[in-house]
Amino acid sequence: MTGIDAASLTPPPPVVVAASPGYWTGVGRRLSRDPVSMLCLAVLVAIVVAAILAPWLAPADPSIGSVVRRLKPIGTPGYPLGTDELGRDMLTRLLWGGRLSLLMGIAPVAMALLVGGTLGTIAGYVGGKTNAVIMRATDVVFAFPSILLAVAIAGALGPGVANTLLALTIVLIPPIVRVSESATTQVRDLDFVEAARATGAGAITVVRVHVLGNVMGPVLVYASSLLSVSIILAAGLSFIGLGARPPTPEWGLMLATLRNAIWSQPLLAALPGGLIFVVSLAFNLLSDGLRSAMEVE
Amino acid sequence: MSEIAHPAEPALEVVGLHKTFHLRSGGRTRAVQAVTDVSFRVGAGRTLGIVGESGCGKSTTARLVMGLIEADLGDVRLAGREVGRSAAEMKAFRRRVQMVFQDSAASLNPRLTIEASIMFGPVVHGLSRAEAKTRAHRLLDRVGLDPARFAGRHPHELSGGQRQRVNIARALAMEPEIVILDESVSALDKSIEAQVLGLLSDLQAEMGLTYLFISHDLNVVRWISDEVMVMYLGRVAEIGPAEAIFEAPAHPYTRALLASMPSLDPEARTLAAPITGDPPSPIDPPSGCRFHPRCAHAAAICAATAPELNAPSGDGRLEDLHRVACHMAAAGASWAGEGAGP
Repeated sequence: MTGIDAASLTPPPPVVVAASPGYWTGVGRRLSRDPVSMLCLAVLVAIVVAAILAPWLAPADPSIGSVVRRLKPIGTPGYPLGTDELGRDMLTRLLWGGRLSLLMGIAPVAMALLVGGTLGTIAGYVGGKTNAVIMRATDVVFAFPSILLAVAIAGALGPGVANTLLALTIVLIPPIVRVSESATTQVRDLDFVEAARATGAGAITVVRVHVLGNVMGPVLVYASSLLSVSIILAAGLSFIGLGARPPTPEWGLMLATLRNAIWSQPLLAALPGGLIFVVSLAFNLLSDGLRSAMEVE
Repeated sequence: MSEIAHPAEPALEVVGLHKTFHLRSGGRTRAVQAVTDVSFRVGAGRTLGIVGESGCGKSTTARLVMGLIEADLGDVRLAGREVGRSAAEMKAFRRRVQMVFQDSAASLNPRLTIEASIMFGPVVHGLSRAEAKTRAHRLLDRVGLDPARFAGRHPHELSGGQRQRVNIARALAMEPEIVILDESVSALDKSIEAQVLGLLSDLQAEMGLTYLFISHDLNVVRWISDEVMVMYLGRVAEIGPAEAIFEAPAHPYTRALLASMPSLDPEARTLAAPITGDPPSPIDPPSGCRFHPRCAHAAAICAATAPELNAPSGDGRLEDLHRVACHMAAAGASWAGEGAGP
């Protein structure tokens, strides 16, 4: 509301327009006042930056190990987070593993957002038969439990990072189609969309200028809540051998190969799982914070 | 079907408009006859008021004229020329007919600034952003909103009256010939309503605009309209000069509507409910004259055949352009002239 005060106190010259803060500025401001969201954001930024900088930050080579120094505990000199079952440095592998784990968590959501958001907006705006075809096709995919579907698709395509990304994208598309379809349907019948159509503007222009801006918010919030789901699914697929292949470092895969060490080095074995937990929790809490920051208007 | 001839070239002419919506419920498809055989003409620079109960097809008529929904049958002619169905012609047509909606908040995009909302239409029609901005500021100024203060604001920062002024500016930015005002002032406070009506009236005189003024508020319709069309269940019940409709209503439904107008004069106040019950459903409208189940004067013919729009007979006060769809009125029934008027 500072825009109003500033405008009424000091009337600007006619050319200058007193711009009020836009919607997203307000959302950003409210989000920045929420300590939990800010903590989650800080944690996520730190982990993402560390993962991106892995080649420069990591103290050792992620794939070179030694049988003589396998399963060293946390705090061993030279190996701050110990070593894994093949004697490779855990800190190095966690940093490198973060690259793949985060990629497999974030990329499918981004791709599903693009494909699902487009399909959902088309279904919602066009309506009628187009809507029926898109939504019924979505229902068919949606009918399978997501983890089962991901396993089935990844299993059919064969293990590998690319196939995991594809499988997760397919799993995540239907819920995004649903959310964006219902958001678009609500906006489509509002008078301002009708007024925009009444100018003679084409459907794509109307959607771009008047529909997307109002649909994007709820869809983005929903997609952000899928990030944690995607990270856990990706780790799960790697854990059962359908995602990343050894010796590639990946948190889910590391959790799987370290599971025999749970009796001898429980803390060490829990490290990758702990990171998966922290990252997905942070994404979830941040998504909740974003949701409440957007609800106030 | 008789039509109203007007000496001036009609800016807008609607001929035999039909629209049936097909609702699907529980596997059955039911036809809703929203608009049946609606015809009217509006002269350039004049105002046609459209009145009737909710669900009588007022807003459907507006959307048909706008081309927002497609008519099953019938034509919309602008300045004597029929509107083609090609995309280019529709686009050109849409610039010439603009609409101001009832809900001032819902008719502005909450994410866009006032200025951006007004600029959208002109930019779509090829105006440069700079020109569109100049036009937006000029129009904001014209509707009484200081562009320096308001152009950059968002709709939720404005009052209902201010938002409706923005909506008027948005419609005018297209430089239309015809503006459809669909309950545009109904949701405003009375004092604001008067201001906005005054503004609309000034703008009409200044720009030679033709208005279709849709409202349920008869006092407002009487004040602003040159001609009035009374609709009942998707059909035209009565049409004619505002003077004739209000002073000498010929259709029993018009008379009932006028009798239900609240009056400040205790001598003229209504004691008995002039009309009872809800209007029947347009899904299965009554046979013949659609008003006959609620009409005190209905005879056998009313249930049998739908009356055509004819000049009411008898009364010399009625003007030439006055048309009524009532068997009884055309037959010069004895009730004509009973004190049901305001």
